[in-house]
Amino acid sequence: MSHVLTKYLVKKRHAEIIEIIKYLLETRSFLVFGSILSLLIIIAIFAPLISPYDPLEQNLSERLNPPSLKHLMGTDQFGRDILTRVMYGARASLIVAISSITLAALFGVFLGIIAGYIGGKLDTVISRIIDIMFAFPAVVLAIAVMAALGPGIVNVILVIVFVSIPQFVRISRASAITEKEKPYVLAARSVGASPLRIMFRHILPNTLSPTIVQFTVLMAWAILTEAALSFIGVGIRPPEPSWGFMLNEARNYILTGEWWMILFPGLAITISALTFNFLGDTLRDALDPKIRRRARVY
Amino acid sequence: MLLPIVVLGATIVVFVTVRVVPGDPALAAVGFWSGREQVELARKLLRLDQPIHVQYFLWLADVFRGDLGKSFFSYKPVSEELLRRLPVTAELSIFALIVGIVVGVPAGVISAVKRGSLYDKTARFFGVFGFSIAEFWLGMMLVIVFAVMLPLLPPGGYVEFSVDPVRHLKGMILPSISLGLPIAAIYSRMTRSSMLEVLMQDYIRTARAKGLYEKMVIYKHALRNALIPLITILGMNIGYLMSGAVLIETIFGLPGIGSYLYEAIISRDFPIIQGTVLVIALIFVLSNLIVDVTYSLIDPRIRHGREE
Repeated sequence: MSHVLTKYLVKKRHAEIIEIIKYLLETRSFLVFGSILSLLIIIAIFAPLISPYDPLEQNLSERLNPPSLKHLMGTDQFGRDILTRVMYGARASLIVAISSITLAALFGVFLGIIAGYIGGKLDTVISRIIDIMFAFPAVVLAIAVMAALGPGIVNVILVIVFVSIPQFVRISRASAITEKEKPYVLAARSVGASPLRIMFRHILPNTLSPTIVQFTVLMAWAILTEAALSFIGVGIRPPEPSWGFMLNEARNYILTGEWWMILFPGLAITISALTFNFLGDTLRDALDPKIRRRARVY
Repeated sequence: MLLPIVVLGATIVVFVTVRVVPGDPALAAVGFWSGREQVELARKLLRLDQPIHVQYFLWLADVFRGDLGKSFFSYKPVSEELLRRLPVTAELSIFALIVGIVVGVPAGVISAVKRGSLYDKTARFFGVFGFSIAEFWLGMMLVIVFAVMLPLLPPGGYVEFSVDPVRHLKGMILPSISLGLPIAAIYSRMTRSSMLEVLMQDYIRTARAKGLYEKMVIYKHALRNALIPLITILGMNIGYLMSGAVLIETIFGLPGIGSYLYEAIISRDFPIIQGTVLVIALIFVLSNLIVDVTYSLIDPRIRHGREE
């Protein structure tokens, strides 16, 4: 009996996944921003092969050159090619965003589901800790922790994990609380499924939609936060190229009019964050059956 | 009811944060090049010679007396300096909120009323764009365009209002726009979705049916109700404003609490970092509390829901 039920559910889920993919492939903004994201990832991976120069190579005879055919985005105060540095900057930015938000999602979803499903004292403790963390503006907290820990890419990742876990806990906990009252959980419990199995095999898949959206939006946030930390000087430090630190160095050249040193790294930050935010918006629509189906009728 | 727990928890987080320094915090603070006396002084100021729980309770007792410690380097009391700088940050935040409301709300209303039009699509694009922009980069770009290429506004610096009101306000324009445009983006999104929801309500149909002008329906009946949810994100915005102030005040050289924190971080002045982050958290928690209370006062559904 339960075998039949599982089969039915699996079938239903497959049908839904196909429907979501179909919706996404018919949505222009998904195709546009999906391509931009793929391009960003390709640039990050193949930066050493496709970048025109070496990111650290200094050429003092060509310092502070405006954009030209030789240097499409100009050069910085050491004569380094900005296009090359922007390409390498994508690496730092994406590595930080992907690894930190993935880790935060794993920890956050785990804690959120056990807090929501088990409830009681465990829930109270987890919820209070989350409340306390929400007492800080996340970026301020991240800045303060980085100031103590010291700069470096690993510390940036750890700090972003730390300040974004509460976001995932809150969402998963809320969904787990709604889901645990539903008949299918009762059914699973009545056939003797263990709490772990109920939480992670039955409840988890049904709480994923809001988490996926949150994941995408937080990727944008992580990119902006890494840039802000590096800009202040507590994030990724030289010689590793990062967009935020490029802007930090460019600050000294605002008033003398070397605009290209500021424009291009900032555009890279904005385009990356924009891509993730738009993908988040599209996914939110795609994962909501009402919106997905309404769009189809029209 | 939760407030005391959250505030107390926040003090622990701040206390621990400053002490996760790898190695000797006193040495890390004053730098490896300083003399032994300076390291010892830093150790005393942070009470690092005491056991950790004693350190915490002594610090907490000081905090309750309003004493946030002294700067490692200038020996100035942190609380005095914070009080002196708070008005600058408050002014910047209020101006940024005004930019957010003045730009965001009308953009959202027009978007909702002309749903699906080219205007709506453009406004929605800029809604996500404003949300994805790094405010410190926006600030730098605005300086390049409006202070360097077209020298209309000062690129930074601060003039006291009492010294020269016009120059004071001119100096606040670019920082307020840099900090306010991302808020405008959020407001336009929120206003749009909340307006769309309100416009589908029965009472709007009734208002139209009784022959009211469309403008009256939109601005008097719909907008007033559509703005209520905006109050809830005001609390979140305070957090954004505080984070943004660190970056924007630094770029524009405004002497607020944000640039104070920045300078402390660069010089690793831990008492200042500790005090400033705690004050920011308190402002954030209190403003969220005020927002919650206001919201329940404005929306009778919530007020009555709680009483039941």
